Amino acid sequence: MAKRPPTVSWPSDSWIDMSHDEATEIRLINKIVVHFAYLPTEEAVIEVANHVSRFWDPRMKRRLFELVDSETKDFEPVAVAATALLR
Amino acid sequence: MTLLKEPDFGTPAKDGPASVSLEVDGMRVSVPEGTSVMRAAAMAGVDVPKLCATDRLEAFGSCRLCLVEIDGRRGTPASCTTPVADGMVVHTQTPKVAKLRENVMELYISDHPLDCLTCAANGDCELQDMAGAVGLRQVRYGYEGENHLDAVKDQSNPYFDFDPSKCIACSRCVRACDEIQGTFALTIEGRGFDSKVSPGAGESFMDSECVSCGACVQACPTATLQEKSVIQLGMPSRSVITTCAYCGVGCSFKAELRGDEVVRMVPHKDGGANEGHSCVKGRFAFGYATHPDRMLRPMVREKITDPWREVEWDEAIGTVARRMLEIRQRHGAGAIGAITSSRCTNEEVYVVQKMVRAAFGNNNVDTCARVCHSPTGYGLKQTFGESAGTQDFRSVAQSDVIMVIGANPTDGHPVFASRMKQRLRQGAKLIVVDPRRIDLVRSPHIEADHHLQLKPGTNVAVVNAMAHVVVTEGLVDQSFVGERCEGFDEWAQFISGTENSPEAVESITGVPASELRAAARLYAQGGNGAIYYGLGVTEHSQGSTMVMGMANLAMACGNIGRDGVGVNPLRGQNNVQGSCDMGSFPHELSGYRHVSDDAARKVFENLWGTTLLAEPGLRIPNMFDAAIEGTFRALFVHGEDIAQSDPNVKHVLAALGAMELVVVQDLFLNETAKFAHVFLPGASFLEKDGTFTNAERRINRVRAVMKPKSGRHEWDIVCQIATAMGYPMQYDHPSQIMDEIASVTPTFTGVSFDKLDEMGSVQWPCNEQAPDGTPIMHVDAFTRGLGRFVPTPFVPTDERSTRRFPLILTTGRILSQYNVGAQTRRTANIAWHQEDVLEIHSHDAEVRGIEDGDEVTLASRVGATTLHAQISDRMPTGVVYTTFHYPVTGANVVTTENSDWATNCPEYKVTAVQVTLAHPVSHLNGEAAADRELAVGLVD
Repeated sequence: MAKRPPTVSWPSDSWIDMSHDEATEIRLINKIVVHFAYLPTEEAVIEVANHVSRFWDPRMKRRLFELVDSETKDFEPVAVAATALLR
Repeated sequence: MTLLKEPDFGTPAKDGPASVSLEVDGMRVSVPEGTSVMRAAAMAGVDVPKLCATDRLEAFGSCRLCLVEIDGRRGTPASCTTPVADGMVVHTQTPKVAKLRENVMELYISDHPLDCLTCAANGDCELQDMAGAVGLRQVRYGYEGENHLDAVKDQSNPYFDFDPSKCIACSRCVRACDEIQGTFALTIEGRGFDSKVSPGAGESFMDSECVSCGACVQACPTATLQEKSVIQLGMPSRSVITTCAYCGVGCSFKAELRGDEVVRMVPHKDGGANEGHSCVKGRFAFGYATHPDRMLRPMVREKITDPWREVEWDEAIGTVARRMLEIRQRHGAGAIGAITSSRCTNEEVYVVQKMVRAAFGNNNVDTCARVCHSPTGYGLKQTFGESAGTQDFRSVAQSDVIMVIGANPTDGHPVFASRMKQRLRQGAKLIVVDPRRIDLVRSPHIEADHHLQLKPGTNVAVVNAMAHVVVTEGLVDQSFVGERCEGFDEWAQFISGTENSPEAVESITGVPASELRAAARLYAQGGNGAIYYGLGVTEHSQGSTMVMGMANLAMACGNIGRDGVGVNPLRGQNNVQGSCDMGSFPHELSGYRHVSDDAARKVFENLWGTTLLAEPGLRIPNMFDAAIEGTFRALFVHGEDIAQSDPNVKHVLAALGAMELVVVQDLFLNETAKFAHVFLPGASFLEKDGTFTNAERRINRVRAVMKPKSGRHEWDIVCQIATAMGYPMQYDHPSQIMDEIASVTPTFTGVSFDKLDEMGSVQWPCNEQAPDGTPIMHVDAFTRGLGRFVPTPFVPTDERSTRRFPLILTTGRILSQYNVGAQTRRTANIAWHQEDVLEIHSHDAEVRGIEDGDEVTLASRVGATTLHAQISDRMPTGVVYTTFHYPVTGANVVTTENSDWATNCPEYKVTAVQVTLAHPVSHLNGEAAADRELAVGLVD
């Protein structure tokens, strides 16, 4: 196969799929909630809070608190309750 | 052939008690039933001459040198093919056998070049040795008859030559390729005098199916198959036992040298992981360590657009320390951090995480396991209580059913794959769960009983469906579950739900329900069932969930806690297990203890004389986010190339570009170094003293064969940085670092360099409870006490194919290249793989007007790259595949930010893409084009 010059490019803006625009913290905590959905709500809240406490760094937790206050509608209810527990 | 010769007993050992007693040359010896007379003699201290026999291969009986006389038996049987019998009396040296052996050697030598003095194998040739052993003094046949002395050499392989003029047709090479490697690339073509070794159907070695593992070279008793390096450099004069620095198998090698020049790497027969076998990378591809691209002097620059300036070590270390302190002063302790290497030693990784915790003052340390097996750590800890695989590699020899999920061991872990294939050829059943038809599905004498060719992203649905079958069809090992586990009832209720049935998930997974049911039944009922898995499990948005799903399945079937079973992660890099063990995680100290664990933290605080943070630090993806935000401003990158290996490259490059200080310690100027302000030259494994821990938790010694070319040991550089930052760290030798690790890590308390020198290697836990290590875990109890069943609902990934991006890209590795290719691209391995290609099914190619070899654009919602297409029926329709060994490919330009919910491990294996015939990049315009040109230029 013939060598060709390297061509790496970013797509023009029209290619970018905007559906993945939500904040990382919202996306991640909602996914954690889904994982623990098999539990009764109270237990799920505790497990989600524990997971965030054990694995998220202080910056992410601070951002989580800010986002829950400002973008509550984007969070699963269990995520909101778990964040309250973390505070 | 090899310099440091381990004893060769002629034929393989047999298991069992030493119940058969016999006499050899007047000496009594007792051996297990089935042992050959040759091996029994060797055990009695009698070396019977041999050429076709070696204890790594089954007896063949062709050379006729090993003839003996046995009382009460007629003739002169070959001792290699004759099993012992109780009361047997063997005579290995009689006038009759002496004459026969001399005659055999005369025949061999009559058709052999007499160039011993100039032959590359002079002094290391078994034919030479046997001529001496039998007392050969003449060749009465003369040399005028028909012979093979004009046979043409095959020099096609970049690493070894095949000179058939020296071949004695002992078939060791053919048998090694069959029995040890399992590739069956060689054969004996022709009969009688015309017999000759032939790769494939008369092809050259390079054109044949040979995978260049070197087993044939190792087995060859003459110079017929000889390393080119020995031919060029001469025989080595000294040997150092060390450990390979490529994959997670952790093969033990003898580095054979002349002075401090490595002549060849020969697999060590006593290596616990490899037992004398190797692959092309470890065996031959060590040249990168002395490649001209090696950077040997520290360098600094103010801005990443400035040229590099070489400096002395003191200035480089001082610059790192000064700038780290200054950034910390301005932006807080959380603004600096480090990424440790999965290729460096345990001792080096330990001091890096110690530097971060004690000198930097935070927990912002992470390892490349983040992007590969972090879900293994999470999932197995949740279920079994320990973040590591359960078995040793030898265990596969007792497996009856082997299930390989999301792994391609013949390419990624070839030496372990050879073991697996040996067991499969003996009759073990095979289930492969993979979207691609990997080589293991159908290879010589092996065919998967079930290939569950699932759609990418549906692993959890498949494992849940298998577990559903086990529970609803009454296949649960109730006594194991009742005695050893908790949470079973809740889990069983969950898994029995109809939504988890094979029929319900068939349309999601693409796996026919009947096939899935049959595979589940086989795993549950087929005897010892073992699961081996790789990044096709972990690098998914439900990676951790899948690991727990497999653990659930294994527990339900009682497949834990003995030989032949288990849940076995095939960890990719030589020390990724070790880097995890050493606590280079933002949330865990060494031995997987959470930073919030007061008792664990106290141990370190007391020893280190400092206070440690109880909150987790930044994970690698968070470091990038924080860098772009402006809150994370300095990064020490130790032996990693995140600009090439991490997903969503645009994001990574933006993060690196945003930082004030990037320090890279590496062998070469890699993609990440393009963004560095300080470059610290690293040391290759040939220059290091320390340990690696492989995928089976085996701690192996790494021994330096030469001084560090940069003049400094990597662990010493890190200690000096910490000291310059105000936290004194000083060791005289890496053994002291391991002693410290042992003093603070409960699973390592019995480990020391002395112990490793004595035992060769040891599998942790190695402590008071297990002073000789722990090959098999969870034997009587799980680490957490009872194994825990965790419900694992299937949640489809967000990354779905769309009209715009209708195909799914999955990525992987190949045999001859390793990871980002920094090492292997600087060796002759490029002969096998000059570029990353895109494998695409013929249907998908046809509808796009793509032919084999066409240049295509691979695009996702985050980026695009171009590469050549390869039409392949290994891929199902709708799925494309590529590797990431060449930076110019930029495969990770297209992978996205999606990640595992628990660990942030990137979802490399599922990216929605479109593939089109390539076109020039003409749609860029204005400022955006200028920015992107700069980025492209920096990437290149």
